[in-house]
Amino acid sequence: MTHAQKLTDAQSVVAACRADFPALDQDVNGHRLVYLDSAASAQQPSAVIDAITRYERHDHANVHRGVHTLSHRATDAYEGARDTLRAFINAASTTEVVFTSGTTEAINLVAQSFCRPRLGPGDKVLITHLEHHANIVPWQLVCEQTGAQLVVAPINDRGELELDALYTLMDDAVRLLAISHVSNALGTINPVKAIIAEAHSRDIPVLVDGAQGVPHMKVDVRDLDCDFYAFSGHKMFGPTGTGVLYGKEALLDAMPPYQGGGDMILEVSFSGTTFNELPYKFEAGTPNISGVVGFGAAAKYLEDLGMQNVEAWEHELSKYMMQQLSAIEDIRLIGTAAHKAGVQSFLLGDIHPHDLGTILDHQGVAIRTGHHCAMPVMEFFGVPGTARASLALYNNFDDIDRLVAALDKAREIFA
Amino acid sequence: MTAGGVHNDDVRELYRDLILDHARNPRHFGKLDHATHSAEGINPLCGDKLKLYLAVDADETIKGAAFEGSGCAISVASASLLTDTVIGLNSNDAMAIFDAVTAQLSGDATGERKVDLGKLRALAGVREYPTRVKCATLAWHALKSALRQDTAPASTE
Repeated sequence: MTHAQKLTDAQSVVAACRADFPALDQDVNGHRLVYLDSAASAQQPSAVIDAITRYERHDHANVHRGVHTLSHRATDAYEGARDTLRAFINAASTTEVVFTSGTTEAINLVAQSFCRPRLGPGDKVLITHLEHHANIVPWQLVCEQTGAQLVVAPINDRGELELDALYTLMDDAVRLLAISHVSNALGTINPVKAIIAEAHSRDIPVLVDGAQGVPHMKVDVRDLDCDFYAFSGHKMFGPTGTGVLYGKEALLDAMPPYQGGGDMILEVSFSGTTFNELPYKFEAGTPNISGVVGFGAAAKYLEDLGMQNVEAWEHELSKYMMQQLSAIEDIRLIGTAAHKAGVQSFLLGDIHPHDLGTILDHQGVAIRTGHHCAMPVMEFFGVPGTARASLALYNNFDDIDRLVAALDKAREIFA
Repeated sequence: MTAGGVHNDDVRELYRDLILDHARNPRHFGKLDHATHSAEGINPLCGDKLKLYLAVDADETIKGAAFEGSGCAISVASASLLTDTVIGLNSNDAMAIFDAVTAQLSGDATGERKVDLGKLRALAGVREYPTRVKCATLAWHALKSALRQDTAPASTE
């Protein structure tokens, strides 16, 4: 690799980790796989796959119930993962780490359990134009249920939030601000710490959709001072069907349960039920134990690599990707924020994104095409969809060269 | 053979010259004055949307066809080929073409043999790309809805 000499030791540590991801070691359509769709779902390292297998083969039982050895081991593995994830985001206590099926469920939990009892006509929920559908639709639903109003903060043509407009919209009627840490479609990194401080100065609690934040940067929920932070396991090299809702203990404590069932109760009789303590109050039913074990292993994998190292490596890759893509004739880059993660949406000439996706796949290059579950963002840029290349820690400079070569091939076919 | 087994240059089997020509220069593109039938086609997976217009006379002959909308090369080419094909046909014959095209795209050879597909065979390459079959069938589902005068938009889902 011609770029190797430029790498610092820290970056080289991350660059070497590609071999940890078995799915990357294969040919697709006769070419070595180049996986540039990690913003949709990231691949899993052996450490995660092995942790799940070990748990399933040796330790599986239900959690928080039996007195037998396997139940004890399963509980230890499950609660151990909770503590690993607590440390990963620097939450003060495991009582603040609620396991969910993913970011989507975490946001729905806050919409229904935190917001719904507090909202009525005249109240507002504030979101931004950058959001993924998972951070739009739950708020639309709760606004419909309560007569509250959904207010959307604008973006500029680089795909950055208009902060002055956002702050102006933070009026007395706003009961919650829900905002993405990193835009999934455009890669924009929002200055969430400053935004949270502004919101708090107006007594507005803030939920951060961190699905695209945690895989790429060190997230410290106490430093951010966010009230809620939602993220998914499968975007950070863990299994699908896992997620975390971080919430400040005082807020979670005051919230009613989201779902009823086993595990979330202390005592049940037909005259009434006493709910379990945090975080179990929000975890009704047998959870996704093996998934959570893998999720914990993913967080440990990232901790061992060092998120600062991951960030530094991705920064180099991202810069290179922008530079190489910008040089392509007829390319239209969508999302050119000054501060952004390794996600690039683009259009090439008049080639429809789906045609691009098929031609690239033929050359072993996997990208996402379509609206990226962010139709309002697409509408803002006046496009039905885009092609999107998204980077993760296991990508390298060669992957980007392969992307560019595949785009040249597409231009040739459509010439 | 599935998409996983095809090799690099076979992508031209999908993007044949005829397909690229119709994608770039779609025939009968726009609204149709005096349309008697119309239907929308929506592919919720990718957001592709088109509207198909037909002018059908008292003898059930399709005198005119046109479409508007946006989509990938496959969906635009398929819609363009559709309009070229059905003009002049009786609506029953057009439905027989619908059956044959959808059979061709789903790999059902028996349905294919009943009707001579002519240049619509250019769409056969799509069969190897399961994720793209819906792009090719979108306009055809709109044709079926239009002829049946369905009120709800045709969906590929």
